[in-house]
Amino acid sequence: MDIDQDTLLLMLRRMWMIRNFELKVMEVHEAGEFTGAAHPYIGEEAVAVGACAALEDTDYIAGNHRSHGHPIAKGGRVDKAMAELYGRVDGYCKGKGGSMHLADYSIGILGESGILGSSVPVAVGAALAAHIRGENFVSLAFFGDGASNQGALHESMNLASVWNLPMIFLCENNQYAVTTSYAETVAVEHVSDRASAYNMPGLLVDGQDAIAMYEATSEAVNRARAGEGPTLIEGLTYRYEEHSLGLGRVRRGEYRTQEEIDSWRKRDPLDILEKALISQGIATREECDAINAETVEEVEKATDFARNSPFPEPEALFEDMWANPIPQP
Amino acid sequence: MAQTVFIEAINQAIAEEMRRDENVYIMGEDIRRAVYGATADLLGEFGDKRVLDTPLSENGFFGAAIGSSLVGMRPIVETLTSFMWVGMDQLISQAAKMRYMFGGQATLPVVFRATMFYGGGSAAHHSDRSYPMFMNMPGIKIVVPSNPADMKGLLKAAVRDDDPVIIFEDGTLFGMRGEVPDDADLPQGELVVPFGEAKIVREGTDCTIVGIAGAVNHAVVAANTLAAEGVSVEVIDPRTLVPFDKQTVLDSVEKTGRLVIADPAHKVCSAASEIASIVAEEGFWSLQAPIQKVASEQVHIPYTPALEKLVYPTADKIAAAVRRTLES
Repeated sequence: MDIDQDTLLLMLRRMWMIRNFELKVMEVHEAGEFTGAAHPYIGEEAVAVGACAALEDTDYIAGNHRSHGHPIAKGGRVDKAMAELYGRVDGYCKGKGGSMHLADYSIGILGESGILGSSVPVAVGAALAAHIRGENFVSLAFFGDGASNQGALHESMNLASVWNLPMIFLCENNQYAVTTSYAETVAVEHVSDRASAYNMPGLLVDGQDAIAMYEATSEAVNRARAGEGPTLIEGLTYRYEEHSLGLGRVRRGEYRTQEEIDSWRKRDPLDILEKALISQGIATREECDAINAETVEEVEKATDFARNSPFPEPEALFEDMWANPIPQP
Repeated sequence: MAQTVFIEAINQAIAEEMRRDENVYIMGEDIRRAVYGATADLLGEFGDKRVLDTPLSENGFFGAAIGSSLVGMRPIVETLTSFMWVGMDQLISQAAKMRYMFGGQATLPVVFRATMFYGGGSAAHHSDRSYPMFMNMPGIKIVVPSNPADMKGLLKAAVRDDDPVIIFEDGTLFGMRGEVPDDADLPQGELVVPFGEAKIVREGTDCTIVGIAGAVNHAVVAANTLAAEGVSVEVIDPRTLVPFDKQTVLDSVEKTGRLVIADPAHKVCSAASEIASIVAEEGFWSLQAPIQKVASEQVHIPYTPALEKLVYPTADKIAAAVRRTLES
């Protein structure tokens, strides 16, 4: 598949943006600049970036608790994302959502859900709207290997199939639901095998390879826009960090080996994409490094923006409850 | 003015709203063949894209309705209260919370029509009157019509509202006949009942009864009985529980000094409990007697009619409660 050079360079930029955003989040969280759970996407960047590069701003996504990568991959703003993590008024959700609930309705990001599997039916609803209105936008739901066991996912796949909806189910299989391995909890060899139960294609993809993710998602998007219904894609990937920031301090048993972590780190998604771009003559080493450096700078600016943004005033507590407001009881 | 059956009033509201706005559509189980009656003839007029029969998967299709509302659709979902448990994650984690959680970005004009089939031997799994549980959760508007005209007007208002709404349709009223005004006779040209405006069903001076859903009609029967005993009862139908028109209730209690609340829901943390609490806090000095709650007993719904009839508020229980307020 021919991929536009600008698309490839944008993919690299967004992957570095996610990587550097997450590294900064880990640093400032450790320093106590904000509290609460935050789930680093480091190691999985190619999945969301490759998938979202195949979408338009008018297409929709919904995601989960590991929530920073999806909006950045879809073209969201890192300053508003960071301000949200800091709980400030300039955050995407004015500080009411936090790390697990980023959303940007201006570019089709319907929101990240802390309840796993729960955003998948919602994403199906956007695809249903396209179907009813006869419009050609598509909808994509991110979920993990853990949530692939949720009834919500299976009900959604069945609905999307029987209604022939322009829907993409994208499983980020990072091997572990917190500490419980995929092999212990999923009854089939691959999540993508589950597609056959719902009469849709199931694609198993190297999730460390952004180009492969882009190609697979493009195929699914083309099917969806052509009225050929939903697709399930499984991107095999790996979470480098612990499940959540803050959990590192909680003592727990070993659940994965250093050897396993090292073997995945050898197939780093940024490294794989940069090598591809350099070998194809699309970018030089220096240009790749410059993209990295520019995103570091942008994340620094976003962090300053977040720090300087005020906390909400107390009156904000009662705002945003209703579209057609009613009195507080 | 036409005499209309409750279930026909539902059908009229749906059809009129679907004609008015092409983004309105309806989904649910067995609605194309109108198993419960409310969706009769919709498929023929509006086609299969706007009248969707769903698989048995409430969590899936509740979520799909919610998601479609985020991008401009105005879904009406037909379900039963007892099936809502299966879809609770979507109702609570998504419908109720999305707008606030996303800082006001999400707008969810989605209506759930939840029928309460109680009182007819449906037993524990099909007889829920669950609105108090949803009153406890911010983010959902809650509607409890007690007659055909309000049913029609409130459902039309629900479809036009930009927030999630659950209409608890009292199955004991499905065959009820009542006057539904013709649009031509209405000053605004159509029947739309605004949320948060209680109706004084009957005026009185000795005791106020607030009735919820089907209990409004039991309250009226009780009031008629009591009138023969020389007791003047005011009956109030709040029509919506979220928002709740507390002022109308407080004003009535200020006049009567006594309050009975008739609520088909289980008595613990019921709508009646909340209304009693509001009046105890804000209308205490008007009260001349303890507030009386007449709600369902705190047991599951037994199948046998011998026991089921003991569970719910009845006109006799309501009248007895009014008499208790007059003893002091």
